[in-house]
Amino acid sequence: MSQTNAIEARHTIKAFGQGDSAHRALDDVSITIRKGEFFTLLGPSGCGKTTLLRLIAGFEMPTAGDILIDGAEVTDLPPNKRPVNTVFQSYALFPHLTVAENVGFALKMLGRPKAEVAEVTARMLALVKLEHLAGRKTAQLSGGQQQRVALARALAPHPKVLLLDEPLSALDLKLRKEMQVELKRLQMETGITFVFVTHDQEEALTMSDRIGVMSAGKLQQVGSPREIYTRPVNRFVASFIGETNFLPAKPVAGGVKLGCGAVVEAEGEGHTLTVRPEQLRLVAANEPGAIAATVENLVYFGTDTHLNLRLSDGEALVARVQSPPTGDAGFAMGQAVGVTFLPGAARLIRD
Amino acid sequence: MAKRFDIARLPGFAPIALLSFVALYLPIFTLVGYSFNAGNSVAVWSGFSLHWYSAAWANETVKAATLRSLSIATLASAIATVIATMAAIGTTRRRAFKGQTLIYVAINQPLMVPEIVTAVALMIFFGMLKQVTGYQGLGYLILAHAAFCIPFAYLPIRARLEGMDLSLETAAADLYASPWQTFRHVTLPLLGPGIAAGAMLAFVISLDDVVITEFVKSGGQDTLPTYMLGQMRRAITPEVNAISTLLLGLTVALLTAFFLLTRKRG
Repeated sequence: MSQTNAIEARHTIKAFGQGDSAHRALDDVSITIRKGEFFTLLGPSGCGKTTLLRLIAGFEMPTAGDILIDGAEVTDLPPNKRPVNTVFQSYALFPHLTVAENVGFALKMLGRPKAEVAEVTARMLALVKLEHLAGRKTAQLSGGQQQRVALARALAPHPKVLLLDEPLSALDLKLRKEMQVELKRLQMETGITFVFVTHDQEEALTMSDRIGVMSAGKLQQVGSPREIYTRPVNRFVASFIGETNFLPAKPVAGGVKLGCGAVVEAEGEGHTLTVRPEQLRLVAANEPGAIAATVENLVYFGTDTHLNLRLSDGEALVARVQSPPTGDAGFAMGQAVGVTFLPGAARLIRD
Repeated sequence: MAKRFDIARLPGFAPIALLSFVALYLPIFTLVGYSFNAGNSVAVWSGFSLHWYSAAWANETVKAATLRSLSIATLASAIATVIATMAAIGTTRRRAFKGQTLIYVAINQPLMVPEIVTAVALMIFFGMLKQVTGYQGLGYLILAHAAFCIPFAYLPIRARLEGMDLSLETAAADLYASPWQTFRHVTLPLLGPGIAAGAMLAFVISLDDVVITEFVKSGGQDTLPTYMLGQMRRAITPEVNAISTLLLGLTVALLTAFFLLTRKRG
């Protein structure tokens, strides 16, 4: 592997507006995206993920900081001088051109010979399985087909990095699942670095090699899907990805002490204990070492059943248990139960 | 559910509507009708004939005025459209700036200043130029027409630019198009219908102008409308009706094309 990274952003700041009304859409973000990886920027709307993508593409200029693509400084280069291509959320296909002309647009702009443009266009259309629509105008295509044209158009010049700005958000669920698989396939076949922006945590977990979680203009955590899910560094990351429980906790000798008085083992640092609902085990109320709780409500989800529990100090806790073949999880409202955490499941985090 | 208020069900709606249409179109229909009059009156019908069309066709003065009108309208609308296109891009494709409203007002000045004022001003101004340069040709009329046609060309072009998805130009830049290539391969083709519509509107407005032309023209530079105005001072024959009908036909054809162009592809 080469030493250089696909993307490097160093202390990037992007402020909109002037003076007191200025808003920092990106607040000192530094990030490294490796060559050939499927990297996802994940966060709620307004967290700065799209701004970061637009800075990489060159559609916006950073207020401060540097951006490098493939080891080369590009901070001051316009979009047409950067070796990256974008798949837009709205697709932004040229309505006055055919599918083939859309796909060949970049190569034509680069002044490549006609034969090469035709050859690459045909190869790209085959890659996204749209050979039969080459002569159509884009307005005559379905949403899924337009999506594929947008992908083929952005991949045709073989960019160093492909930027994808929530490309699946306009598709219905079934098509979205298909396109997720399709995107992974395209990334493997082309070997191009993908930077994918989404607010959908499931999309991020299933597709990415690594995820950067963003909130309020800052990068909260970068890691593999498993790291992000099992070892969140703060409350935002823990709650944004998947469901989780938070309990106030205080480090004591031999573990951490919860509000209800129970002492449990937990890794990490901080004053909040987090544990995923599926990492709880329900045992008999009198089991030694178990935390006493009362079942307040049961919600049947088909594969699982969710139990809303209440601890003796009034804290709420959600447990998820797999539904048995009968569908009846065997608990009743008001029942006293004991709760234990699977080894390594409980973690302390900072707020 | 309560019925929605419908103006068409108010008493008197139909008669008032009918009266309005009659007032609008009856004179025009009369004019068109009498252009086919066999006699030489514009008020007494004496049978169908195409005589006045052939008379107009045979009239060398009419032919010269028509040719002059068409050349002025073609050149003036071309100049106005180029300037209006640049103005529209300049006012929509950059960040909002101080004094932007003032620029809009300045571009649309001919729509707001009374035409007679512009006409007098141009007459005096071009009179001075004629003295200095000695040039007496059609150039003054062409420039004057171009100036007051700019807002008519500007408005549809600007509307088209504002309605255009900006991400298309962003996408072109992302796909390695230089700013010029983006304009040439994306903005301009998408702007095409707007430019055609603006040019057509400018053409029709120029073709139809009387006031400014009357003031700015030198001797022997009658356009079709000022020729017809001159005829009015003498004996009126259905020749004027025939010319008017032809002008009407041309204008309706151009405006129909304008509506089709602006409607197509949203």
